[in-house]
Amino acid sequence: MMPELHVSIGRDVMMGLAQAVAAIVLCAAVVALCRWQAVRVEREAAISMARGLVQMVFVGMVLAVLLHGSLMVGSLILLAMMVAAAFTASRRLRGMSGALLLCFWAIAAGAGTVIAAMLATRSLQADIAILVPVGSMIIANAMNACAQAAERFRAEILAHVGQIEAGLSLGAEPAVTVAPYLQSAVYASLLPRLDMLKSLGLVWIPGVMAGMMVSGASPVYAAIYQFVIVAMILAASGITGLVATVLMRSRVFSSAAQLVLRPTEVSTSS
Amino acid sequence: MLETRNLSRRVGPRLLVQEINIQVSAGEILAVVGPSGAGKSSFLRLLNRLDEPTAGTVLLKSTDYHSIVPRELRRRVGMVMQTAFLFPGTVAANISFGPRQRREAMASARITALLERVGLSGFADRDVGHLSGGEAQRVAVARTLANDPEVLLLDEPTSALDESSVRGVEELVQGVVRERRVACVIVTHNREQAARLADRTMVLKAGRMVRIGATGEVLHDA
Ligand SMILES: Nc1ncnc2c1ncn2[C@@H]1O[C@H](COP(=O)(O)OP(=O)(O)OP(=O)(O)O)[C@@H](O)[C@H]1O
Ligand SMILES: [Mg+2]
Repeated sequence: MMPELHVSIGRDVMMGLAQAVAAIVLCAAVVALCRWQAVRVEREAAISMARGLVQMVFVGMVLAVLLHGSLMVGSLILLAMMVAAAFTASRRLRGMSGALLLCFWAIAAGAGTVIAAMLATRSLQADIAILVPVGSMIIANAMNACAQAAERFRAEILAHVGQIEAGLSLGAEPAVTVAPYLQSAVYASLLPRLDMLKSLGLVWIPGVMAGMMVSGASPVYAAIYQFVIVAMILAASGITGLVATVLMRSRVFSSAAQLVLRPTEVSTSS
Repeated sequence: MLETRNLSRRVGPRLLVQEINIQVSAGEILAVVGPSGAGKSSFLRLLNRLDEPTAGTVLLKSTDYHSIVPRELRRRVGMVMQTAFLFPGTVAANISFGPRQRREAMASARITALLERVGLSGFADRDVGHLSGGEAQRVAVARTLANDPEVLLLDEPTSALDESSVRGVEELVQGVVRERRVACVIVTHNREQAARLADRTMVLKAGRMVRIGATGEVLHDA
Protein backbone atom coordinates (compact mmCIF):
# COMPACT_ATOMS: atom_id res chain seq x y z
CA MET A 1 0.00 0.00 0.00
CA MET A 2 2.70 2.46 0.87
CA PRO A 3 4.29 2.56 -2.60
CA GLU A 4 0.90 3.34 -4.01
CA LEU A 5 0.60 6.31 -1.67
CA HIS A 6 4.06 7.51 -2.68
CA VAL A 7 3.27 7.39 -6.34
CA SER A 8 0.25 9.58 -5.87
CA ILE A 9 2.18 12.22 -3.93
CA GLY A 10 4.15 13.23 -6.94
CA ARG A 11 4.34 16.04 -9.44
CA ASP A 12 0.60 15.94 -10.05
CA VAL A 13 -0.04 16.70 -6.38
CA MET A 14 2.15 19.79 -6.59
CA MET A 15 0.26 20.85 -9.69
CA GLY A 16 -3.05 20.21 -7.92
CA LEU A 17 -2.02 22.41 -5.01
CA ALA A 18 -1.06 25.18 -7.42
CA GLN A 19 -4.50 24.92 -9.02
CA ALA A 20 -6.10 25.02 -5.56
CA VAL A 21 -4.20 28.22 -4.79
CA ALA A 22 -5.46 29.76 -8.03
CA ALA A 23 -9.05 28.75 -7.14
CA ILE A 24 -8.70 30.30 -3.68
CA VAL A 25 -7.39 33.55 -5.17
CA LEU A 26 -10.37 33.73 -7.49
CA CYS A 27 -12.81 33.06 -4.65
CA ALA A 28 -11.09 35.72 -2.54
CA ALA A 29 -11.68 38.19 -5.36
CA VAL A 30 -15.37 37.27 -5.41
CA VAL A 31 -15.56 37.65 -1.64
CA ALA A 32 -14.02 41.10 -2.00
CA LEU A 33 -16.62 41.91 -4.64
CA CYS A 34 -19.37 40.81 -2.25
CA ARG A 35 -17.91 42.99 0.47
CA TRP A 36 -18.11 45.95 -1.85
CA GLN A 37 -21.90 45.43 -1.82
CA ALA A 38 -21.82 44.97 1.96
CA VAL A 39 -22.41 41.22 1.67
CA ARG A 40 -20.01 39.88 4.29
CA VAL A 41 -18.96 36.31 3.70
CA GLU A 42 -15.19 36.59 4.26
CA ARG A 43 -15.05 34.62 7.48
CA GLU A 44 -17.49 31.95 6.40
CA ALA A 45 -15.84 31.62 2.98
CA ALA A 46 -12.33 31.36 4.45
CA ILE A 47 -13.38 28.68 6.92
CA SER A 48 -15.36 26.76 4.30
CA MET A 49 -12.49 26.80 1.81
CA ALA A 50 -9.88 25.76 4.37
CA ARG A 51 -12.09 22.93 5.54
CA GLY A 52 -12.97 21.83 2.03
CA LEU A 53 -9.33 21.68 0.94
CA VAL A 54 -8.06 19.85 4.02
CA GLN A 55 -10.94 17.35 3.86
CA MET A 56 -10.42 16.61 0.17
CA VAL A 57 -6.66 16.13 0.61
CA PHE A 58 -7.44 13.72 3.43
CA VAL A 59 -10.01 11.86 1.33
CA GLY A 60 -7.54 11.61 -1.53
CA MET A 61 -4.98 10.06 0.77
CA VAL A 62 -7.48 7.60 2.21
CA LEU A 63 -8.63 6.63 -1.27
CA ALA A 64 -5.05 6.17 -2.41
CA VAL A 65 -4.59 3.66 0.37
CA LEU A 66 -7.95 1.91 0.03
CA LEU A 67 -8.46 2.19 -3.70
CA HIS A 68 -9.43 -1.39 -4.15
CA GLY A 69 -10.69 -2.29 -0.66
CA SER A 70 -13.72 -4.43 0.12
CA LEU A 71 -17.42 -3.51 0.07
CA MET A 72 -17.24 -3.55 3.88
CA VAL A 73 -14.68 -0.75 3.92
CA GLY A 74 -16.68 1.23 1.35
CA SER A 75 -19.84 0.91 3.43
CA LEU A 76 -18.02 2.12 6.53
CA ILE A 77 -16.74 5.16 4.64
CA LEU A 78 -20.26 5.95 3.44
CA LEU A 79 -21.65 5.50 6.95
CA ALA A 80 -19.08 7.96 8.30
CA MET A 81 -20.08 10.37 5.54
CA MET A 82 -23.74 10.08 6.52
CA VAL A 83 -22.87 10.89 10.14
CA ALA A 84 -20.90 13.94 9.01
CA ALA A 85 -23.80 14.96 6.75
CA ALA A 86 -26.24 14.63 9.68
CA PHE A 87 -24.04 16.94 11.76
CA THR A 88 -24.01 19.54 9.00
CA ALA A 89 -27.74 19.36 8.29
CA SER A 90 -28.74 19.42 11.96
CA ARG A 91 -26.99 22.75 12.44
CA ARG A 92 -29.93 24.31 10.58
CA LEU A 93 -32.22 23.00 13.30
CA ARG A 94 -30.33 24.42 16.25
CA GLY A 95 -32.42 24.51 19.38
CA MET A 96 -34.50 21.49 18.47
CA SER A 97 -33.76 18.50 20.67
CA GLY A 98 -32.82 15.32 18.84
CA ALA A 99 -32.07 17.17 15.60
CA LEU A 100 -28.86 15.23 14.94
CA LEU A 101 -30.52 11.86 15.16
CA LEU A 102 -33.48 13.06 13.13
CA CYS A 103 -31.17 14.22 10.32
CA PHE A 104 -29.17 11.00 10.48
CA TRP A 105 -32.26 8.81 10.07
CA ALA A 106 -33.56 10.95 7.24
CA ILE A 107 -30.25 10.92 5.34
CA ALA A 108 -29.64 7.24 6.02
CA ALA A 109 -33.17 6.38 4.87
CA GLY A 110 -32.79 8.33 1.62
CA ALA A 111 -29.15 7.77 0.66
CA GLY A 112 -28.89 4.33 2.27
CA THR A 113 -31.94 2.91 0.50
CA VAL A 114 -30.92 4.25 -2.87
CA ILE A 115 -27.29 3.15 -2.63
CA ALA A 116 -28.36 -0.31 -1.46
CA ALA A 117 -30.83 -0.56 -4.34
CA MET A 118 -28.16 0.46 -6.84
CA LEU A 119 -25.74 -2.11 -5.44
CA ALA A 120 -28.41 -4.82 -5.51
CA THR A 121 -29.28 -4.12 -9.15
CA ARG A 122 -25.59 -3.86 -10.04
CA SER A 123 -26.03 -0.33 -11.35
CA LEU A 124 -23.32 0.57 -8.86
CA GLN A 125 -20.09 -1.37 -8.43
CA ALA A 126 -18.89 -2.31 -4.97
CA ASP A 127 -15.41 -1.12 -5.97
CA ILE A 128 -14.46 1.71 -3.61
CA ALA A 129 -13.12 3.84 -6.43
CA ILE A 130 -16.67 4.08 -7.78
CA LEU A 131 -18.85 3.38 -4.74
CA VAL A 132 -17.42 6.17 -2.63
CA PRO A 133 -17.55 9.07 -5.11
CA VAL A 134 -21.02 8.12 -6.40
CA GLY A 135 -22.27 7.40 -2.89
CA SER A 136 -20.92 10.70 -1.65
CA MET A 137 -22.79 12.58 -4.38
CA ILE A 138 -26.00 10.94 -3.27
CA ILE A 139 -25.30 11.57 0.42
CA ALA A 140 -24.36 15.20 -0.17
CA ASN A 141 -27.62 15.82 -2.00
CA ALA A 142 -29.61 13.99 0.67
CA MET A 143 -27.94 16.21 3.25
CA ASN A 144 -28.88 19.28 1.31
CA ALA A 145 -32.48 18.13 0.91
CA CYS A 146 -32.67 17.29 4.61
CA ALA A 147 -31.41 20.72 5.68
CA GLN A 148 -33.65 22.56 3.24
CA ALA A 149 -36.80 20.58 4.01
CA ALA A 150 -36.30 20.80 7.78
CA GLU A 151 -35.47 24.48 7.78
CA ARG A 152 -38.35 25.37 5.50
CA PHE A 153 -40.79 23.23 7.47
CA ARG A 154 -39.83 24.91 10.71
CA ALA A 155 -40.03 28.39 9.20
CA GLU A 156 -43.48 27.64 7.71
CA ILE A 157 -44.78 26.34 11.02
CA LEU A 158 -43.50 29.39 12.89
CA ALA A 159 -45.06 31.66 10.29
CA HIS A 160 -48.44 29.92 10.56
CA VAL A 161 -48.89 29.29 14.27
CA GLY A 162 -52.29 31.02 14.15
CA GLN A 163 -53.64 28.85 11.32
CA ILE A 164 -52.28 25.68 12.90
CA GLU A 165 -53.83 26.44 16.28
CA ALA A 166 -57.08 27.46 14.60
CA GLY A 167 -57.11 24.00 13.00
CA LEU A 168 -56.34 22.26 16.28
CA SER A 169 -59.07 24.32 17.96
CA LEU A 170 -61.56 22.98 15.42
CA GLY A 171 -60.63 19.40 16.31
CA ALA A 172 -58.18 18.67 13.49
CA GLU A 173 -55.47 16.02 13.73
CA PRO A 174 -52.06 17.70 14.14
CA ALA A 175 -50.84 16.16 10.88
CA VAL A 176 -53.75 17.77 9.02
CA THR A 177 -52.95 21.23 10.34
CA VAL A 178 -49.37 21.18 9.02
CA ALA A 179 -49.97 19.20 5.81
CA PRO A 180 -49.64 22.23 3.48
CA TYR A 181 -46.35 23.23 5.10
CA LEU A 182 -44.95 19.72 4.92
CA GLN A 183 -45.80 19.59 1.22
CA SER A 184 -44.21 22.91 0.40
CA ALA A 185 -41.09 22.06 2.45
CA VAL A 186 -40.51 18.76 0.67
CA TYR A 187 -41.25 20.33 -2.69
CA ALA A 188 -38.85 23.19 -2.05
CA SER A 189 -36.12 20.76 -1.04
CA LEU A 190 -36.55 18.86 -4.31
CA LEU A 191 -36.43 21.90 -6.59
CA PRO A 192 -32.62 22.10 -6.85
CA ARG A 193 -32.54 18.40 -7.76
CA LEU A 194 -35.28 18.82 -10.36
CA ASP A 195 -33.33 21.70 -11.85
CA MET A 196 -30.27 19.48 -11.92
CA LEU A 197 -32.13 16.87 -13.97
CA LYS A 198 -33.48 19.50 -16.35
CA SER A 199 -30.09 21.05 -16.95
CA LEU A 200 -28.30 17.72 -17.27
CA GLY A 201 -26.15 17.84 -20.41
CA LEU A 202 -27.11 21.44 -21.18
CA VAL A 203 -25.33 23.37 -18.47
CA TRP A 204 -23.94 20.56 -16.43
CA ILE A 205 -22.11 17.29 -17.07
CA PRO A 206 -21.22 15.44 -13.87
CA GLY A 207 -17.53 14.70 -13.33
CA VAL A 208 -17.91 10.95 -13.04
CA MET A 209 -18.69 10.83 -16.76
CA ALA A 210 -15.26 12.13 -17.71
CA GLY A 211 -13.68 9.52 -15.46
CA MET A 212 -15.70 6.74 -17.09
CA MET A 213 -14.70 7.79 -20.58
CA VAL A 214 -11.05 8.04 -19.55
CA SER A 215 -11.24 4.48 -18.26
CA GLY A 216 -12.65 3.26 -21.57
CA ALA A 217 -16.46 3.27 -21.35
CA SER A 218 -18.43 4.33 -24.40
CA PRO A 219 -19.58 7.97 -24.27
CA VAL A 220 -23.23 7.00 -24.78
CA TYR A 221 -23.17 4.52 -21.92
CA ALA A 222 -21.31 7.03 -19.72
CA ALA A 223 -23.94 9.66 -20.51
CA ILE A 224 -26.88 7.39 -19.72
CA TYR A 225 -25.20 6.32 -16.51
CA GLN A 226 -24.92 9.96 -15.48
CA PHE A 227 -28.65 10.29 -15.90
CA VAL A 228 -29.17 7.23 -13.70
CA ILE A 229 -27.04 8.76 -10.96
CA VAL A 230 -28.85 12.09 -11.03
CA ALA A 231 -32.24 10.35 -11.02
CA MET A 232 -31.10 8.33 -8.00
CA ILE A 233 -30.01 11.57 -6.36
CA LEU A 234 -33.54 12.89 -6.83
CA ALA A 235 -35.02 9.71 -5.36
CA ALA A 236 -32.71 9.81 -2.34
CA SER A 237 -33.49 13.48 -1.75
CA GLY A 238 -37.21 12.85 -1.92
CA ILE A 239 -37.08 10.07 0.65
CA THR A 240 -34.82 12.14 2.89
CA GLY A 241 -37.04 15.24 2.73
CA LEU A 242 -40.15 13.19 3.49
CA VAL A 243 -38.61 11.29 6.38
CA ALA A 244 -37.10 14.47 7.85
CA THR A 245 -40.37 16.38 7.81
CA VAL A 246 -42.49 13.47 9.02
CA LEU A 247 -40.11 12.90 11.94
CA MET A 248 -40.14 16.62 12.67
CA ARG A 249 -43.91 16.72 12.58
CA SER A 250 -44.13 14.22 15.40
CA ARG A 251 -41.80 16.38 17.53
CA VAL A 252 -43.48 19.75 17.08
CA PHE A 253 -46.69 18.48 18.71
CA SER A 254 -47.15 17.12 22.21
CA SER A 255 -49.05 13.90 22.86
CA ALA A 256 -52.11 16.03 23.71
CA ALA A 257 -52.06 17.63 20.22
CA GLN A 258 -50.55 20.91 21.37
CA LEU A 259 -48.17 22.84 19.14
CA VAL A 260 -44.98 23.01 21.17
CA LEU A 261 -42.74 24.67 18.60
CA ARG A 262 -43.37 28.36 19.17
CA PRO A 263 -41.51 31.52 18.22
CA THR A 264 -40.62 32.23 21.88
CA GLU A 265 -39.02 28.84 22.22
CA VAL A 266 -36.72 29.55 19.31
CA SER A 267 -35.62 32.91 20.62
CA THR A 268 -34.81 31.55 24.06
CA SER A 269 -32.93 28.50 22.89
CA SER A 270 -30.91 29.70 19.94
CA MET B 1 -70.97 23.21 32.29
CA LEU B 2 -67.35 24.40 32.57
CA GLU B 3 -65.41 24.41 35.81
CA THR B 4 -61.74 25.04 36.59
CA ARG B 5 -59.95 23.57 39.61
CA ASN B 6 -56.77 25.31 40.76
CA LEU B 7 -55.98 25.80 37.11
CA SER B 8 -52.34 26.94 36.78
CA ARG B 9 -49.61 27.22 34.21
CA ARG B 10 -45.97 27.89 34.84
CA VAL B 11 -43.33 28.36 32.12
CA GLY B 12 -39.85 28.15 33.62
CA PRO B 13 -39.91 30.47 36.64
CA ARG B 14 -42.91 32.47 35.35
CA LEU B 15 -46.36 31.83 36.72
CA LEU B 16 -48.66 32.78 33.83
CA VAL B 17 -51.87 31.49 35.45
CA GLN B 18 -52.23 30.79 39.15
CA GLU B 19 -54.81 28.58 40.83
CA ILE B 20 -57.96 29.75 39.15
CA ASN B 21 -61.31 28.35 40.28
CA ILE B 22 -64.39 29.38 38.32
CA GLN B 23 -67.62 27.92 37.02
CA VAL B 24 -69.51 28.96 33.91
CA SER B 25 -73.01 27.65 33.25
CA ALA B 26 -74.88 27.01 30.03
CA GLY B 27 -76.19 30.20 28.46
CA GLU B 28 -73.90 32.38 30.57
CA ILE B 29 -71.25 34.83 29.38
CA LEU B 30 -68.21 35.39 31.60
CA ALA B 31 -65.88 38.24 30.71
CA VAL B 32 -62.17 38.11 31.57
CA VAL B 33 -60.59 41.54 31.95
CA GLY B 34 -57.24 42.76 33.20
CA PRO B 35 -54.16 44.69 32.13
CA SER B 36 -52.03 43.61 29.19
CA GLY B 37 -49.83 40.67 30.16
CA ALA B 38 -52.13 39.65 33.00
CA GLY B 39 -52.46 36.14 31.59
CA LYS B 40 -55.92 36.40 30.00
CA SER B 41 -54.95 34.64 26.77
CA SER B 42 -52.83 32.13 28.68
CA PHE B 43 -55.87 31.29 30.83
CA LEU B 44 -58.18 30.90 27.84
CA ARG B 45 -55.72 28.61 26.04
CA LEU B 46 -55.81 26.26 29.01
CA LEU B 47 -59.58 25.89 28.70
CA ASN B 48 -59.44 24.01 25.37
CA ARG B 49 -56.06 22.50 26.27
CA LEU B 50 -54.15 24.33 23.55
CA ASP B 51 -51.58 24.67 26.33
CA GLU B 52 -51.06 22.14 29.10
CA PRO B 53 -51.85 23.13 32.70
CA THR B 54 -48.88 22.57 34.99
CA ALA B 55 -51.30 22.11 37.89
CA GLY B 56 -55.05 21.83 38.34
CA THR B 57 -57.57 20.84 35.70
CA VAL B 58 -60.78 21.70 33.89
CA LEU B 59 -64.06 19.85 34.23
CA LEU B 60 -66.44 19.71 31.29
CA LYS B 61 -69.88 18.61 32.44
CA SER B 62 -68.14 17.24 35.56
CA THR B 63 -65.64 15.15 33.54
CA ASP B 64 -61.92 15.87 33.92
CA TYR B 65 -60.83 17.05 30.50
CA HIS B 66 -57.64 15.01 30.63
CA SER B 67 -59.81 11.97 30.07
CA ILE B 68 -61.34 13.41 26.90
CA VAL B 69 -59.50 12.90 23.59
CA PRO B 70 -58.08 16.35 22.63
CA ARG B 71 -59.83 16.40 19.24
CA GLU B 72 -63.20 15.66 20.81
CA LEU B 73 -62.53 18.15 23.62
CA ARG B 74 -61.80 20.89 21.11
CA ARG B 75 -64.91 20.14 19.12
CA ARG B 76 -66.92 20.61 22.31
CA VAL B 77 -64.95 23.64 23.51
CA GLY B 78 -64.75 25.97 20.51
CA MET B 79 -62.34 28.89 20.33
CA VAL B 80 -62.28 32.09 18.27
CA MET B 81 -59.09 34.12 18.35
CA GLN B 82 -58.25 37.77 17.96
CA THR B 83 -57.65 37.35 14.23
CA ALA B 84 -59.73 34.95 12.17
CA PHE B 85 -56.87 32.82 10.75
CA LEU B 86 -59.07 31.45 7.99
CA PHE B 87 -57.74 28.67 5.79
CA PRO B 88 -57.07 29.55 2.14
CA GLY B 89 -60.11 28.65 0.02
CA THR B 90 -63.79 29.41 0.08
CA VAL B 91 -65.97 30.50 2.97
CA ALA B 92 -67.93 27.22 2.70
CA ALA B 93 -64.75 25.14 2.91
CA ASN B 94 -63.78 26.99 6.09
CA ILE B 95 -67.18 26.40 7.64
CA SER B 96 -67.23 22.68 6.91
CA PHE B 97 -63.64 22.22 8.13
CA GLY B 98 -64.60 20.99 11.61
CA PRO B 99 -67.17 18.38 10.54
CA ARG B 100 -64.81 17.24 7.76
CA GLN B 101 -62.22 16.31 10.40
CA ARG B 102 -64.71 13.74 11.67
CA ARG B 103 -65.48 12.54 8.14
CA GLU B 104 -68.91 14.19 8.35
CA ALA B 105 -70.22 15.89 5.25
CA MET B 106 -71.97 19.17 5.96
CA ALA B 107 -75.19 19.69 4.03
CA SER B 108 -75.10 22.88 2.00
CA ALA B 109 -78.43 23.84 3.58
CA ARG B 110 -76.70 23.87 6.96
CA ILE B 111 -73.87 26.02 5.61
CA THR B 112 -76.42 28.41 4.15
CA ALA B 113 -78.34 28.58 7.43
CA LEU B 114 -75.14 29.22 9.43
CA LEU B 115 -74.05 31.96 7.05
CA GLU B 116 -77.45 33.54 7.33
CA ARG B 117 -77.19 33.38 11.12
CA VAL B 118 -73.88 35.29 11.09
CA GLY B 119 -75.20 37.80 8.55
CA LEU B 120 -73.24 36.59 5.55
CA SER B 121 -75.93 35.20 3.26
CA GLY B 122 -74.58 34.43 -0.19
CA PHE B 123 -70.95 34.33 0.91
CA ALA B 124 -70.54 30.53 0.64
CA ASP B 125 -68.49 30.48 -2.57
CA ARG B 126 -66.46 33.60 -1.91
CA ASP B 127 -62.71 33.32 -1.53
CA VAL B 128 -61.64 34.21 2.02
CA GLY B 129 -58.87 36.39 0.62
CA HIS B 130 -61.40 39.07 -0.31
CA LEU B 131 -63.23 39.38 3.01
CA SER B 132 -63.12 42.42 5.28
CA GLY B 133 -61.91 41.99 8.85
CA GLY B 134 -65.44 41.95 10.24
CA GLU B 135 -66.63 39.43 7.66
CA ALA B 136 -63.63 37.19 8.29
CA GLN B 137 -64.31 37.23 12.03
CA ARG B 138 -67.94 36.28 11.41
CA VAL B 139 -66.74 33.36 9.28
CA ALA B 140 -64.46 32.35 12.15
CA VAL B 141 -67.43 32.35 14.51
CA ALA B 142 -69.56 30.38 12.04
CA ARG B 143 -66.72 27.90 11.50
CA THR B 144 -66.57 27.26 15.24
CA LEU B 145 -70.38 26.97 15.53
CA ALA B 146 -70.40 24.35 12.78
CA ASN B 147 -68.89 22.00 15.38
CA ASP B 148 -71.91 22.48 17.70
CA PRO B 149 -69.70 23.41 20.66
CA GLU B 150 -70.96 23.35 24.26
CA VAL B 151 -68.48 26.01 25.31
CA LEU B 152 -67.40 29.06 23.31
CA LEU B 153 -64.07 30.75 24.05
CA LEU B 154 -63.39 34.18 22.55
CA ASP B 155 -60.03 35.97 22.81
CA GLU B 156 -60.54 39.67 22.10
CA PRO B 157 -62.71 38.79 19.09
CA THR B 158 -63.37 42.42 18.13
CA SER B 159 -60.09 44.15 18.98
CA ALA B 160 -58.89 43.94 15.37
CA LEU B 161 -62.19 45.25 13.97
CA ASP B 162 -63.34 48.76 13.18
CA GLU B 163 -66.10 50.37 15.23
CA SER B 164 -68.90 49.51 12.81
CA SER B 165 -68.18 45.74 12.82
CA VAL B 166 -67.81 45.44 16.58
CA ARG B 167 -71.49 45.66 17.49
CA GLY B 168 -72.43 43.16 14.80
CA VAL B 169 -70.04 40.52 16.14
CA GLU B 170 -71.15 41.24 19.71
CA GLU B 171 -74.82 40.79 18.85
CA LEU B 172 -73.97 37.60 17.01
CA VAL B 173 -72.14 36.17 20.05
CA GLN B 174 -74.86 37.22 22.44
CA GLY B 175 -77.62 35.76 20.25
CA VAL B 176 -75.83 32.48 19.71
CA VAL B 177 -75.03 32.00 23.39
CA ARG B 178 -78.69 32.50 24.36
CA GLU B 179 -80.12 30.38 21.52
CA ARG B 180 -77.76 27.46 21.82
CA ARG B 181 -77.26 27.76 25.55
CA VAL B 182 -73.49 27.45 25.31
CA ALA B 183 -71.19 28.54 28.13
CA CYS B 184 -69.11 31.47 26.92
CA VAL B 185 -65.83 32.95 28.18
CA ILE B 186 -64.78 36.16 26.46
CA VAL B 187 -61.45 37.92 26.99
CA THR B 188 -61.67 41.65 26.44
CA HIS B 189 -59.68 44.72 27.36
CA ASN B 190 -62.74 46.82 26.68
CA ARG B 191 -64.84 47.52 29.78
CA GLU B 192 -67.82 48.76 27.79
CA GLN B 193 -67.81 45.50 25.87
CA ALA B 194 -67.79 43.52 29.10
CA ALA B 195 -70.67 45.65 30.35
CA ARG B 196 -72.65 45.09 27.14
CA LEU B 197 -72.15 41.32 26.95
CA ALA B 198 -71.21 39.65 30.17
CA ASP B 199 -73.36 38.33 32.99
CA ARG B 200 -70.33 38.04 35.23
CA THR B 201 -66.82 39.42 34.98
CA MET B 202 -63.54 38.23 36.43
CA VAL B 203 -60.46 40.41 36.84
CA LEU B 204 -57.02 38.88 36.29
CA LYS B 205 -53.79 40.47 37.52
CA ALA B 206 -50.39 38.81 37.19
CA GLY B 207 -52.04 35.46 36.56
CA ARG B 208 -54.24 35.65 39.64
CA MET B 209 -57.99 36.13 39.81
CA VAL B 210 -58.42 39.22 41.98
CA ARG B 211 -62.17 39.64 41.61
CA ILE B 212 -65.21 37.86 40.18
CA GLY B 213 -68.87 38.83 40.34
CA ALA B 214 -71.78 40.40 38.53
CA THR B 215 -70.40 42.58 35.72
CA GLY B 216 -72.07 45.76 36.99
CA GLU B 217 -70.60 45.46 40.47
CA VAL B 218 -67.10 44.42 39.37
CA LEU B 219 -66.77 47.22 36.84
CA HIS B 220 -68.30 49.78 39.22
CA ASP B 221 -65.78 49.00 41.98
CA ALA B 222 -62.72 48.75 39.76
N1 LIG C 1 -45.00 30.45 26.33
C1 LIG C 1 -44.68 31.48 27.13
N2 LIG C 1 -43.51 31.49 27.78
C2 LIG C 1 -43.18 32.50 28.61
N3 LIG C 1 -43.95 33.54 28.83
C3 LIG C 1 -45.13 33.59 28.22
C4 LIG C 1 -45.56 32.57 27.33
N4 LIG C 1 -46.78 32.91 26.86
C5 LIG C 1 -47.08 34.09 27.42
N5 LIG C 1 -46.10 34.51 28.24
C6 LIG C 1 -46.08 35.72 29.08
O1 LIG C 1 -47.13 35.59 29.99
C7 LIG C 1 -47.73 36.84 30.26
C8 LIG C 1 -49.21 36.76 30.03
O2 LIG C 1 -49.44 36.67 28.63
P1 LIG C 1 -50.90 36.67 28.03
O3 LIG C 1 -50.77 36.67 26.55
O4 LIG C 1 -51.68 35.58 28.63
O5 LIG C 1 -51.44 38.07 28.54
P2 LIG C 1 -52.79 38.81 28.17
O6 LIG C 1 -53.46 39.11 29.46
O7 LIG C 1 -53.56 38.02 27.17
O8 LIG C 1 -52.25 40.14 27.54
P3 LIG C 1 -52.87 41.02 26.33
O9 LIG C 1 -53.98 41.83 26.93
O10 LIG C 1 -51.72 41.89 25.93
O11 LIG C 1 -53.32 40.09 25.28
C9 LIG C 1 -47.02 37.85 29.36
O12 LIG C 1 -46.08 38.53 30.12
C10 LIG C 1 -46.35 36.98 28.31
O13 LIG C 1 -45.17 37.59 27.87
MG1 LIG D 1 -54.09 38.29 25.10
